[in-house]
Amino acid sequence: MTVITDALCPFCGCTCDDITVVVEDNKITEVKHACKVGAAKIKGHHRIKAPMMRTDKKGEFREVSYDEAIEAAAKILAGSKRPLMYGWASALCEVHKKGILLAEELGAIIDNTATVCHAPSTLAVHEKGLPSATLGQVKNRADVVVFWGSNPVHAHPRHMGRYSVFAKGFFNEKGRRGRKVIVVDVRKTDTAAMADEYIQLQQGSDYLVISALRAILAGQAAVVPDAVGGVPKEQLVKLVDTLKAAKFGAVFFGMGLTQSISRYKNIDNAISLITELNAFTKYVITPMRGHYNVTGFGNVCAWETGYGTAVDFARGAPYYNPGETAANDVLLRKETDAAMIIAGDAGAHFPADSVRHLARIPVVQIDPYWNPTTEVANVVIPVAICGVEVEGTAYRMDGVSLRYRKLIEPEHPTDIEILEKITERVREIRGD
Amino acid sequence: MTLKVNLITGRTIDQGVTIENKTSSDYQEATAYCELNSNDAGKVGKPGSNIKIKTAHGEVVVKLKENNGNPDGLAFIPMGPWANALVDPDTKGCGMPGFKGIQATIDATNEKVLLMKELIARYK
Ligand code: SF4
Repeated sequence: MTVITDALCPFCGCTCDDITVVVEDNKITEVKHACKVGAAKIKGHHRIKAPMMRTDKKGEFREVSYDEAIEAAAKILAGSKRPLMYGWASALCEVHKKGILLAEELGAIIDNTATVCHAPSTLAVHEKGLPSATLGQVKNRADVVVFWGSNPVHAHPRHMGRYSVFAKGFFNEKGRRGRKVIVVDVRKTDTAAMADEYIQLQQGSDYLVISALRAILAGQAAVVPDAVGGVPKEQLVKLVDTLKAAKFGAVFFGMGLTQSISRYKNIDNAISLITELNAFTKYVITPMRGHYNVTGFGNVCAWETGYGTAVDFARGAPYYNPGETAANDVLLRKETDAAMIIAGDAGAHFPADSVRHLARIPVVQIDPYWNPTTEVANVVIPVAICGVEVEGTAYRMDGVSLRYRKLIEPEHPTDIEILEKITERVREIRGD
Repeated sequence: MTLKVNLITGRTIDQGVTIENKTSSDYQEATAYCELNSNDAGKVGKPGSNIKIKTAHGEVVVKLKENNGNPDGLAFIPMGPWANALVDPDTKGCGMPGFKGIQATIDATNEKVLLMKELIARYK
């Protein structure tokens, strides 16, 4: 029996680094300190045992060797005119590097799960920058914490405990009692139920409400109507007073902003509000990134290609224009003629029309688990689980890079090995 | 009666717990439902009964659940293949489909909730 302490959790963007894991006979028998989501991920369950292939997507898979599956995957990708390589968020940065190399080789579009999560935040950051801080700063200093369109009790279960609400910090010895917690959401979530102040706005009116707060902050309360987005003006005025009274304010936002009407403009406006609040006191804003290494893909992709995601290599040089080159854009235009889905599940998390197109084209899936993408795949290559069976680097939601150790020995090859072999075969097929 | 709602989709903790286990009945239980407040829910059935939700983009049968955190007229389905049978694919020029704020109608139904495999089979 081995006890591994201070292990990292490879599930959500909190990347908790205080996990204790008990290993017996190369099996994880106990996970301590993780939330139930993290524990479920670390413990794992029924894996895809061997690679599988089929020509007819309505037919059954037959098990094949890794060599056969890699050959088939390489042929599909090398023969494609407009391949899409999507996923990446549940894999380590070392995998991303290999993926981007293959995308360049193929002239493919490479996009990650941020495309259905926080990619609009990135668009806003291009325009406004991101006045942000590490979660450590928030833990040590924040006395006003706002969750806007985010529900950490469900999506980032230990965020409030470790970093933002209950945690005691260097300048906040009282923990929860030393912080004022504000939740802005369209429904009274479990996070809202724990807040000191809950602001319920009408779905889709975030932009209006943020604009009203900016007007009040600028001393122009007179122009604000009696209610904005269903929120009474008095409540907005009071909120501005609370925000201004902070010594260190931290705003965390989620998909309530990125996925509602106005998309990236909501975040653009929120960043402006934070910038303006900094004229009064210290404020920071941080996106609640979902998967543990979705932030890592953005970083690796940015330093390799100049862009964070939705990068199109068809021109021979990186080109980026979400709305044109993001995964759902090319699937909905039926432009993609083959896809590789790796460490992400387009079958489950894309709109029906995108999945319909995936069902019509050859799909290679690289993943430890059977999921809706498997249902539309032709070639399925099971791999080791990054962060549990594979070591490497991931980026926490605040951009801090952390090193994951290997907790147990893998029984499957790693994504890196598979990508290297596919790239090698693609080069041979293309005669490079 | 037919209930008109504004539909949003999003994360829940049980959706997270089962996300790597999407062939399981636990995943279906965690994601193939729709939450309405008890006032709205009462118009289309009893908690646990089947309801059919339709949007301009598709239709799907899920279980009805009550959540009084929802205001009147707001429906919530956990993210996943059942929710995504309904969402607006339009990326509005920025790559992000419309996962929140979709006009939908809800009716009681005797039709069954499709298994994940059956649901995706509709797309083939
Ligand atoms: S909060 Fe996130 S990183 Fe921490 S244990 Fe839970 S799932 Fe893992």
